Amino acid sequence: MSSTQTVTACAPWSAIVPAGHTLQIVDLHGNQAVDTLFWGVTAGRPDPALRYSAQKTVAAQRNIFLTTGSVLRAEDGTALMTIVADEVGNHDTIAGACSKESNTLRYGHHTVHQHACAENFLAEATRWGMSKRDIVSNVNFFMNVPVDADGTLGIVDGLSAPGKSLTLRADIDTLVLVSNCPQINNPCNGFDPTPVQMVISA
Amino acid sequence: MSRSRNNGDTGRKPGAEKLSDMSTNSTLGARSHARSQAAEAAFRVPASPDGVADLRWAEAVPAGSYTTRALGRGTRLRLADPDGRSCAHLLMFRADAPWERLNVADTVKVPWQAYLGTGHPLLSDQGRVLATIVADTSGQHDTLCGAGTEVRAKLLLGVHKHGLDARDVAPSVSFFQGVRVGSDGALEFTGSAGAGGAVDLLIHLPVVVVIANGPHPLDPAPATGDLDLLAWRADDQLSTPVSDEPEYLRALLNTESTWAAAHNEGVRA
Repeated sequence: MSSTQTVTACAPWSAIVPAGHTLQIVDLHGNQAVDTLFWGVTAGRPDPALRYSAQKTVAAQRNIFLTTGSVLRAEDGTALMTIVADEVGNHDTIAGACSKESNTLRYGHHTVHQHACAENFLAEATRWGMSKRDIVSNVNFFMNVPVDADGTLGIVDGLSAPGKSLTLRADIDTLVLVSNCPQINNPCNGFDPTPVQMVISA
Repeated sequence: MSRSRNNGDTGRKPGAEKLSDMSTNSTLGARSHARSQAAEAAFRVPASPDGVADLRWAEAVPAGSYTTRALGRGTRLRLADPDGRSCAHLLMFRADAPWERLNVADTVKVPWQAYLGTGHPLLSDQGRVLATIVADTSGQHDTLCGAGTEVRAKLLLGVHKHGLDARDVAPSVSFFQGVRVGSDGALEFTGSAGAGGAVDLLIHLPVVVVIANGPHPLDPAPATGDLDLLAWRADDQLSTPVSDEPEYLRALLNTESTWAAAHNEGVRA
């Protein structure tokens, strides 16, 4: 049994993936960053004590890139989801989400009224009774952020392509909260935000 | 350099009773015992830096402990690692708007740089500079691994003391124990630069800092040395940017214009 939903370009999305179920994220048109946060679910609600931690995840696997085998962990080390299949190779979790405010620094003040992932996160988190304080560093599926030897890092052309996907298995009941990234000023969406598909399977 | 001093005003008179000989079986005895303790204790207070007359904070934080303070705009905060065996984990919030806080992802993404050093801004989630690293004699810091469970517990105690809670224990940065990233993304723990390292932060907006001294998550031999903290007024330094990168200058503009609008002041050039 599975359910398939399409997330339109630039839109938020969220769902609880029950323990043992999988979530496949399909990059329908290629190089579409999917900014994602996770919370373990207790009594049907996202549990602040089981919030995704990019730093815990990176420290535990001693590697900044996420790919098959990567365990996405909460701040106390609890396994939330595990990447069980990946057709791309690596995904980012150090570069965070775009915001109207950070866009003014990165590209100039003319971008301040463009849509951004932080806006999607705030709007979607509100639906689950959460607020700005709950929002932390996220995963950017299909986004490529190398770090050079001198520490220079940046969002560069993606490794994904139309139809490529990755699959996550829920280790516990997990709320998955997504911003289908609306950024148009860097290559994370190929300068053209597009829809992605979410397939939840038992 | 550091000095020791006692912290009380009840210096024990020569020939006064030793603490261990004092009776605490009455209120007056217990009071005398309590008041005599500071005179017998020695504790280390980090010495004022040369040329600094207006010290606002001087504290040695032992390994396994934490501290927190509200700091005004224009404060210069020095974190120092006298023995080369500390690791300072930092959270930062705007004191006048604590829902705005250090954003570690923006702090590396916006300046296009994962490794902290002189000129690096510590950015808030609202595109403003909470602090700038204006001096660094260590170069061994980390933005990627955050704090382990024990240190997070200390940071949580610190944020509680400002009315905040676990949701506010967001990603942290750490100083004095380094990590480097390989081309395959793998992390290498590069440890300490040695005794005597120091990092100076210039504070651009009123902030609350919560600082814990505890192990870096990748450190195979966890830190055991004191972390020294010193803060003094350095308002004049706000008008001299230490970086001319465009992202930094725009962050400074956002910061200064926000402050000026809220306080009816002119915007610094």
